[in-house]
Amino acid sequence: MSKYNFDYLDELEAEAIHILREVAGQFEKPALLFSGGKDSITLVRLAEKAFRPGKFPFPLVHIDTGHNFEETIDYRDRMVARLGERLIVGSVQQSIDEGKAVEQKGKNASRNALQTVTLLETIEKHQFDACIGGARRDEEKARAKERIFSVRDEFGQWDPKRQRPELWNIYNGKIHKGENVRVFPISNWTELDVWNYIRRENIELPSIYFAHDRDVITRNGQLMAASPYVNMDEEDVVERKKVRFRTVGDISCTAAIASDAFLIDDIISEISQSKISERGARMDDKVSEAAMEDRKKGGYF
Amino acid sequence: MNILKFFTAGSVDDGKSTLIGRLLYDTDSILADQLEAIQNANRKNDDGTVDLAILTDGLRAEREQGITIDVAYKYFQTDKRKFIIADTPGHIQYTRNMVTGASTANLAIILVDARNGVVEQTIRHSYLVSLLGIKHVVVAINKMDMVDYSETVFDAITQKYKALAEELKLQHVTYIPVSALKGDNIVHVSERMTWYSGESLLHFLEQVDTDVQEQSDKARMPVQWVIRPQTDELHDYRGYAGRVVSGTFKVNDKITVLPSGASSTISKIEFFDKTLEEASSGQSVTIHLADNVDISRGDTIVNSSALPQESKLVEADLCWMDTKAMDTSITYLLQHNSKVTKCKIADVVYKVDINTLEKHAADEFKLNDIGRVVLKTADNLPFDFYQDSKANGSAILIDSRTNLTVGATMFRALAD
Repeated sequence: MSKYNFDYLDELEAEAIHILREVAGQFEKPALLFSGGKDSITLVRLAEKAFRPGKFPFPLVHIDTGHNFEETIDYRDRMVARLGERLIVGSVQQSIDEGKAVEQKGKNASRNALQTVTLLETIEKHQFDACIGGARRDEEKARAKERIFSVRDEFGQWDPKRQRPELWNIYNGKIHKGENVRVFPISNWTELDVWNYIRRENIELPSIYFAHDRDVITRNGQLMAASPYVNMDEEDVVERKKVRFRTVGDISCTAAIASDAFLIDDIISEISQSKISERGARMDDKVSEAAMEDRKKGGYF
Repeated sequence: MNILKFFTAGSVDDGKSTLIGRLLYDTDSILADQLEAIQNANRKNDDGTVDLAILTDGLRAEREQGITIDVAYKYFQTDKRKFIIADTPGHIQYTRNMVTGASTANLAIILVDARNGVVEQTIRHSYLVSLLGIKHVVVAINKMDMVDYSETVFDAITQKYKALAEELKLQHVTYIPVSALKGDNIVHVSERMTWYSGESLLHFLEQVDTDVQEQSDKARMPVQWVIRPQTDELHDYRGYAGRVVSGTFKVNDKITVLPSGASSTISKIEFFDKTLEEASSGQSVTIHLADNVDISRGDTIVNSSALPQESKLVEADLCWMDTKAMDTSITYLLQHNSKVTKCKIADVVYKVDINTLEKHAADEFKLNDIGRVVLKTADNLPFDFYQDSKANGSAILIDSRTNLTVGATMFRALAD
C-alpha cells in the first residue's frame, strides 16, 4: 500500500476524466459543447488528459449566438488549430434567418434563449446521443439537482421529477432512439475550483476574463459591454471602465464587473472575497426564481 | 486539502435543510445575491427571520410544498477542507433518493428532533447508513432550543441511539446537541450548553478522516476505453484507460485480465504527459501491458496475487428504485463498473421492514423496498464484496424496456 498526495483538485480531475471516458464508452455519437468560457476550456483540458495521445472520440460543438466577444472566437479558432480536433458550429443567426427562431425585441433583448433552438437543431442534424457540457452544480439551484448523466427527451426537455437515481460512480447512459443525454463532468467543481485548476494547469484563457479597459453602460445595476449587439438608447451613458468578465456568454446578457484583477492570482483572491455569485452577473437568471429550471425543462444546456 | 462528502438525513420537520443553510450561512458561503433572493422569497420563519431551508430547495415543486424531493448538492469550503453536501429527502417515499445521496458519502449526519427522540425514521435512516457502509455517523440532536438546552434530554436520546448503533454495527458514531435555527454548536461551540464538552459540528467535519481511497492489496481497474492513436509514430501504441477503484498497481506487477483470465505484466503507467511508477485507487490513468492481450471496455485488470470473486450467482442487498415492481420473470441489465451483462433475480431471500428492521419472506419488491436477493448474471462477474470494496462490490440494475435505473445492489456473499 502506498500513500500518495491526492488533493481535492486531483480527485475532481480523476472523477471528470472517468466521466468523459464513460461517455466515450457508452455512446455512439457524443459531442463536447464548447462555449469559449472557462468551464468548457477546462473540459477540453480534461478531455486531453482522458484521451491523449489518441484523438477525442467526439467533436467540439459551438452554439454561436453571433453576438460574441471577438476575443472568444479568436481563442476558439487558435485552440481548435492547436488540438487538431473537429469543430462544428451551430449558428443562431442561421436559425433566425431560416425563421426557426425569432429575435427578441426591446431594450434587454438577448439571444440567450434562442440558443436552445439552435442547440436542439444541431443535436438532431448530427444525431448526437450525448452532449458534454461544463455546467456546475454550484452555479444555480436547479443545476444543484441535476444528475451528471441527465437524460433529455426527444424535445430536449429535462424532467426534474423523473430523474434516474445516480449511484456510486455508475452512470446509466441507456436511452431510446431520439433521446439524448447531457453529461456534466465538472458537476462537483465550484467556480473557485475551476480557477485553481486553471492556475495549476497553466491553461490559457480568452483575454476578457482579465481586467481591461472597455466601453460599458450601466443597466439594472449591472455593467454591460457597449456593443452593437446591445440595444442602447439615449438613457444609456457610455463610460470607459476597467472591467473583466466572470462568465462568458452572449454579449447581450453577460455583465462585466469592475475589476483590477489582471493575473490569475488576483482573480482567485477576488473570487474568494466576492460577495456576489458568478451567475449574479447573468441577466438570464434574474427573470424569476425558477428561471434556470424552466429553461432546462425547455432543452437549455 | 481534501474533500469530505456527507449527506444529511432527517424528516420533513427535523430542520435538515435549515441545518445545511446554517452551515453555509455561518461559514460565509452564501453570497449576497443568493441571500437577497432568499430574503425576497415569500417564505419566512415564524419569527420573521429568513428561512435558510430555501437555499437547498431548488425545484419549484419543493418550494411550493416546503419539502425536499430530490437530492440537492451543495458546496462550501473552509481553510481546512472542501465539502460536498448531498441534501437528501427524508420521507419514506423518497428512500431511493436518500440511497442515491448516501452512495457517494463518507459521512452521514442523522438529525434527531430533541422533542421526539429516536423515532421510526431515525431507525430507517440509520439502517440505510449501515446498509451503504458509510463509515462515520454524526447524530445531530437538533432543536435543543425547544427543550431548554437540557443535558438530560440529550443523554436520554444518546443512550437510546447507542443501542440502535450496536444493533446496526455502526462503528464511528458522534453525538452533538445543536440548534440549527439558532446556530448552536453548528459552526461555533454554544455558550448555552456548557455541559457539552465536545466540538462544534463544523469543527468535527473539518478533521474527521475521509478515507476516500480504498487502500487494499486488491488492485482493480475496470477498462473504460482503449487508446489506440493508430498514427505512424504511435503505430503500436495501445493503452488501457480507466480509473483504479481499489488498491495500487505498480510497474512490473503481474496482472490478470478478467473475465478472459489472460495474464501479463504492467510495462508502463501513464497519466497524460507523465509516466508514473504506480497508480492507486481514485486515480484515472492509462496502463500498458508487456504482452499483446485482447482487452476491451468492460474487462477488468486485477492484481494476479489477489484475484476477486468470479461468479454468475451472487447474494446481494437490493434497493428497488422503480415505480414498476420487480419482476422475477424478466431479464434486467446489470451494470458493474464498465461492464454490462444480462441479469435475473433468481431468488428473494428476504425483505426488510426498514422501520422495524424485521426480515420477512417476500416474492416481490416495490418502490423503495430493500432486502436480500440472489442475482444470476449471463457473464461471470469479477467482483469483491461490498463490505470490502464499495466500488467493486456495487452495481445497478437497468430495465431494458424503459432504460431506467431500477435497482441499487450491493454484493454480500457467494450464492450456491
